[in-house]
Amino acid sequence: MIAFWIILTGSLVAISCGLLGSFLILRKMSMIGDAISHAVLPGIVIAFLLSGNREPLSMLLGAGFFGLLSTFIIEYLHQKAKLQTDAAIGVTFTLLFAVGIILISVFTGKVDIDQDCVLYGEIAYVPIDLWILDDGTIMGPRPIYILSTVLVLIVLFITIGYKHLKIGTFDPAFATAIGIPTVLWHYLLMGAVSITTVASFESVGSILVVAFLIGPPATAYLLTDDLKKMLIITCILGVLISFFGYWLAYWLNASIAGCMTVLLGVFFTIVFIFAPNTGILAKKLKSNKNAISI
Amino acid sequence: MKEDIVDPVLEIHDLTVSYSRKPVLWDIDFSLPKGCIAGIIGPNGAGKSTLIKTIMGVIPSSSGYIKIFDQTLNAVRSRVSYVPQRESVDWDFPASVLDVVLMGRYGKLGLFKNTNKQDKRIALECLEKVGLQDYTKRQISQLSGGQQQRVFLARALAQEADLYLMDEPFAGVDAATEKAIIEILREMANKNKTIIVVHHDLQSVVNYFDWVILINMRLVASGPTQKVFNNKLIQEAYGGKLTLLTEIGNILEERQIPPREK
Amino acid sequence: MDDLVTFFSFSDPNIRYVVFGSILLAASSAIVGCFTLLKKKALVGDAVAHSVLPGVCAAFLFTGTKNISFLICGAFFTGWMSLLLIDYIVAHSKIKKDTAIGLVLSVFFGAGIVLLTFIQQSGNSSQSGLDSFIFGKAAALVGTDLVTFGVIAIILLVIVSVFFKELTLVAFDENFAKSLGFPVKSLDMLLTTLTVLAVVTGITAVGVVLMAAMLITPGAAARYWTDNIRKMVIIAAIFGALSGILGAYISYVAPSMPTGPWMVVTSSFIAVISFFCAPKKGIFAKWVRNNVNKTTMRDENTLKAFYHLGERDEDFELPRSMATLADKQRIGEKQLKKSLISLCSKGLIKETEEKWILTKTGVQDAARIIKLHRLWELYLTNYMHIAPDHVHDDAETIEHIITPEIENELEHLLGYPSDDPHKQKIPRL
Repeated sequence: MIAFWIILTGSLVAISCGLLGSFLILRKMSMIGDAISHAVLPGIVIAFLLSGNREPLSMLLGAGFFGLLSTFIIEYLHQKAKLQTDAAIGVTFTLLFAVGIILISVFTGKVDIDQDCVLYGEIAYVPIDLWILDDGTIMGPRPIYILSTVLVLIVLFITIGYKHLKIGTFDPAFATAIGIPTVLWHYLLMGAVSITTVASFESVGSILVVAFLIGPPATAYLLTDDLKKMLIITCILGVLISFFGYWLAYWLNASIAGCMTVLLGVFFTIVFIFAPNTGILAKKLKSNKNAISI
Repeated sequence: MKEDIVDPVLEIHDLTVSYSRKPVLWDIDFSLPKGCIAGIIGPNGAGKSTLIKTIMGVIPSSSGYIKIFDQTLNAVRSRVSYVPQRESVDWDFPASVLDVVLMGRYGKLGLFKNTNKQDKRIALECLEKVGLQDYTKRQISQLSGGQQQRVFLARALAQEADLYLMDEPFAGVDAATEKAIIEILREMANKNKTIIVVHHDLQSVVNYFDWVILINMRLVASGPTQKVFNNKLIQEAYGGKLTLLTEIGNILEERQIPPREK
Repeated sequence: MDDLVTFFSFSDPNIRYVVFGSILLAASSAIVGCFTLLKKKALVGDAVAHSVLPGVCAAFLFTGTKNISFLICGAFFTGWMSLLLIDYIVAHSKIKKDTAIGLVLSVFFGAGIVLLTFIQQSGNSSQSGLDSFIFGKAAALVGTDLVTFGVIAIILLVIVSVFFKELTLVAFDENFAKSLGFPVKSLDMLLTTLTVLAVVTGITAVGVVLMAAMLITPGAAARYWTDNIRKMVIIAAIFGALSGILGAYISYVAPSMPTGPWMVVTSSFIAVISFFCAPKKGIFAKWVRNNVNKTTMRDENTLKAFYHLGERDEDFELPRSMATLADKQRIGEKQLKKSLISLCSKGLIKETEEKWILTKTGVQDAARIIKLHRLWELYLTNYMHIAPDHVHDDAETIEHIITPEIENELEHLLGYPSDDPHKQKIPRL
């Protein structure tokens, strides 16, 4: 049962992150995802301090606020202070993360978050974090409920916004010209990334969030030429990685989040080398064949 | 010189556009009749692309107004189509030729409706018009430059608009494609559609366009090709920038002064 | 206060180590960061910072000791490899740079964490120190480590100063450098190596995540103070050093405070101040300039109002009431009042019995603005073929910014005209 809960958690995180991450990497905004996943830390700590416990709604709001705030700061520094985008990203997320770490140190006694958990999460504790009703009924692990809700929201968001997100990603100028509110969609996407990040953060830590945001979509991107298929492959990859990652960790007796990430690297490498058409092996063979035929 | 027109398709009044306060287009003022193929002609950096992006609302203007079919852009968006420069998008995007052409239908669909059979039929027809009926399933990065340009043209056709604005549709395409495209444009013009094309090859202007808009940061001339496309006016458009204009633009940028006093 | 004195007298050797170490680390990463920043590769530092973890852990696992030189070698190896991998992925697939960075960063870090769990299980007692590689612990710097880091930092500084010209050129314009026959590829490698070195030294102080800040933030802040790369590098180094000292000081005063995050916060604070307050490029400077522009325009418009009234009555030195002046302008009474006071203080107008009158210099100044307005209108009609009824609005702005040189040029171009397109006289001065 423990294995099931952990794999389920991993899969839920992987699917939510992967769906959003697909659009992030196609918009060349992967590092914004990285930035948001770090920048939410102070929000989590502050929400914790204010509410006194890990009540999910206040956490989501607090961290979601900081996630969006970081994208606004990045935008502001870029537009108003004319700072180049990558520098704006770097300055913003490191500052917010540093503030988060300092807050944790200041309120060590009051905040039940430690630095390790921030970086690589506590997915192993998910099965223990049970939701118990007042009459004593055990409803199963709490994070599963939160993550499922988030997943439903994300799937809804992507289904409704699919057309607009797609066209705004491929050809923003054309999208604007036909009257699609591209700026609004940009911030909606950022908001969705913030919420997903926060919900996943507690279970898997910031690094696995980044890994799941970027890794499966990047792998799927190499495997297909169709956006819908890319989204589906991303989801399947996420589940596979969670499943095998868990058992790898079990077998090696090592960090679960770490193993999932490593496995992701392995999957990517295999695809990168062996993918039909786009893999480097296929390319090599093709160029050899061409050389022979000439 | 400037030709005045009654009942224009497009009317641009005193339009100034700036990037970070530096005007790239000064007081542009012209109007366009129905059913013509108009070329926007001028040297590099003259603001040709900027002009049509501003008409499409992609770039904000600093002053002046634009009227399309005697209305604002928002009121007539579905009747206006835009073809961006081919290099402006990432062709590695995971989409097929048909996907991209179907995007031309998105403007009419709104948020919740999806493309239906009717939209698909229109898209396929448009692909046939540009001669890409055999490529519908092809991934867009596997097309040649000329084919990519035709995909964009098909997408614009799928919008079924009355006014078309095209940014360098002939850039980097082979001669056959260029000929095919201009034939399609002509056919459209015969059906009383109006087409505005950003173009920089002076050789083909007389053959392609029946209306010419010569610009170089300011409007040099706008009128029927045989009337305005003469050596004197071409010389004026290509004879370098007006240095004074550039100097003033630099000061506006340096001191961050809006081109219009508020 | 006592703390302050003890701290800055540096009498305690521990304080000396920590302060000296922090300064060295922060300054050297700031210097290297300037070049990566200018090459628009700022986030590459982030990738390296995350990628050194598996190297450190592997080195520890293999050697079983916490010898800093081995750890640095390991860190250097994986850090360098991560950069090569990023370049390889970008060159050989359709994956874009930002995605490659994020991917490599997270996978390497994940691998590092797996290795770290092995170390923790092996029960090796000396493993505790490895944590400082992830989260940074400048206060834990000890004498021998410091020597190692000091040596690396000095090597770094020497290389940068020797190759300063080449690095600048490559960062500024790679193609141009290539055309001049510089070995651009090798120089790129050099910059990569320097970045990895800077990260390896800095990471013990601030940790994996925040290392990016040590590279990016001081350089980004310095960029606002100068356009000269030499000065930029020096300013960045100073900013870095400053944040190093302050971070060390804060965690000295409050031992529970982590040094690294405070270094980042102070350095970000300096950056924020730079963004807002730097002369010329700062946001405040722009704002102030904007206001100055607005008041100048307002005052010059009031002068024009006097002139127009003067033209009507064919007498420029008649006293005018607020009401008559307000009629001629589009501004509120309050603004007009302010404008009149400001003009009065410049000696361009005088007040007599609730009315205002142009002085001799006032007439001159007003005439000049009118002249510029009309010259520009004429220029627009003659040279830009704009209809005379469209030129007024444009001239309303341009009249305020025409310099004497442009004025001469205009007059010369237009052949010292006497009338504007609306047949109004252009004043002669």
